Amino acid sequence: MCTVCGCGEGETRIDGVAHVHEDGTVHSHTHEHGHDHAHGSGGDLDFGAGPAHAHVPGLSQSRMVRIEQDILAKNNTYAAENRRYFDERGIFVLNLVSGPGSGKTTLLVKTIELLRDRVAIAVVEGDQQTSNDAECIRATGVPALQINTGKGCHLDGHMVGHALEHLKPADGSLFLIENVGNLVCPAAFDLGEHHKVAILSVTEGEDKPLKYPDMFRAADVMLLNKCDLLPHLDFDADLAEANARRVNPDLTVFRVSAARGEGMSAWADWVAAGLAAQGARRAESVDALKARIAELERQLAAR
Amino acid sequence: MHEMSLAEGMLQLVEETARREQAQRVKTIVLEIGQLSSVETSALEFCFAAVAAGGLADGARLVIVDVPGAGRCLSCGRTVAMESLFGVCPDCGSHRLQATAGTEMRVREMEIE
Repeated sequence: MCTVCGCGEGETRIDGVAHVHEDGTVHSHTHEHGHDHAHGSGGDLDFGAGPAHAHVPGLSQSRMVRIEQDILAKNNTYAAENRRYFDERGIFVLNLVSGPGSGKTTLLVKTIELLRDRVAIAVVEGDQQTSNDAECIRATGVPALQINTGKGCHLDGHMVGHALEHLKPADGSLFLIENVGNLVCPAAFDLGEHHKVAILSVTEGEDKPLKYPDMFRAADVMLLNKCDLLPHLDFDADLAEANARRVNPDLTVFRVSAARGEGMSAWADWVAAGLAAQGARRAESVDALKARIAELERQLAAR
Repeated sequence: MHEMSLAEGMLQLVEETARREQAQRVKTIVLEIGQLSSVETSALEFCFAAVAAGGLADGARLVIVDVPGAGRCLSCGRTVAMESLFGVCPDCGSHRLQATAGTEMRVREMEIE
C-alpha cells in the first residue's frame, strides 16, 4: 500500500512486481474498539486517571494541538521531490488525464512518433490492471513502465518517484505520464509534472468540463481529440471550449485528431517549446552555479 | 473514490502529531474543507472512520469547517463569491472567474488526551 494512496492497498504493482512499502503498515479495517476509557473500577468516573493524574475543575485533561497542514501534504512532498529531480535534469514532464476512451494512448503514440527523432522520451502508464498500454508504447521504440494501481483510482507522487528509479529518464528528455482513465481523482494528486493535459474527445458531451470541473481547472492544456469525427456528430466544439474556459479561463486548447493527424503538429510544437524552455531554465541555473563557483574560487585564491 | 486516499493522508498527519505529543487518544479533529475543493465530506468521514479503526484516532469526531469559495473576475478585477468552480461575475456578467479561495483541504487542529 502506498503511504499516500489508501485505495490501492497492497495492490499497486509496477510492471508485475508487487509494491511493498518500508513502513509495512497494514490497516485491517476491523471495527474492534480496543482502547480503554479511563473509567474507574465499578463504573465510577475517575477524573484523576488521565495523563496528568489530577483533576482541576473546568480544566479538561484533553488539549488542542495546531496542525495547519494540507491533507495532501505527504503527496505534495513526493511531488516536490520529483519536480526537483526533473528540473535539475532539464526533463519536461506532462501528466495526461482524461476519462476512459478519450484516446489518450493513441494520442501518446502519435505524439511520440512526431517527437522521437528530436528528443529522448520515456513514458509511465497508469492503469488499474494489464500492461497493454505500456506494450503499445514500447512498440514505438520508447521505454515505458506500467504501473498497475490495483483498486487505486489515480497515480500519486510516490508511485511516480519509484517509476523514476526504474526508468532513469535521460537529461533533457520528455517524460510523459498517462494517468488512470478517470476524470475525478487524478485532479487532486500532484505528481511533480510541469503541466496536466486534459483530453476530451468529441464523442463525449460538451458539458463535461462543467460536470467534472476539478480536472479542467487543474489542467493547463486541453486537447479536444477525435475532431475528424465532427462532421458526423452534433458536438459543438466551440461550446466545449467555452465551457472549459468557464472553469479555467487560462486554458490552452488544441483541436486534434490523433488518429488522422490533424492539429497534431501544433500540439507537438507546443511540447517541443516547453522542452526547450525547460532546457533553457536548467542552462541558466547551471550557468549561475558555474559563475558562483568561479567567484568562490577567486575569493579562495585571493586569501 | 479518492476520499480513501485523503483519509489515509489525514490519518498519517493526525497519528504523527498524536505520537509526537504522546497522546493516548485523539478526540476531535478539526478540518478546513473549501467549498470548491475536490472532496465529498460525507465520503471523507466514512473513509476516515474505516482507516482510523484500531489506532489512536479510532472514533475521533470530525469537525468540518466549510471555507466559502471566492474568485477574482479576470474581466473587471473584482473578488466575488463562488459556489462552484464556474460562475458568472455578478458585477460585469463575465464567465472569466478564477477561483482564489475555498479550494483548501487542511487539518487545522485536533483535541488529544
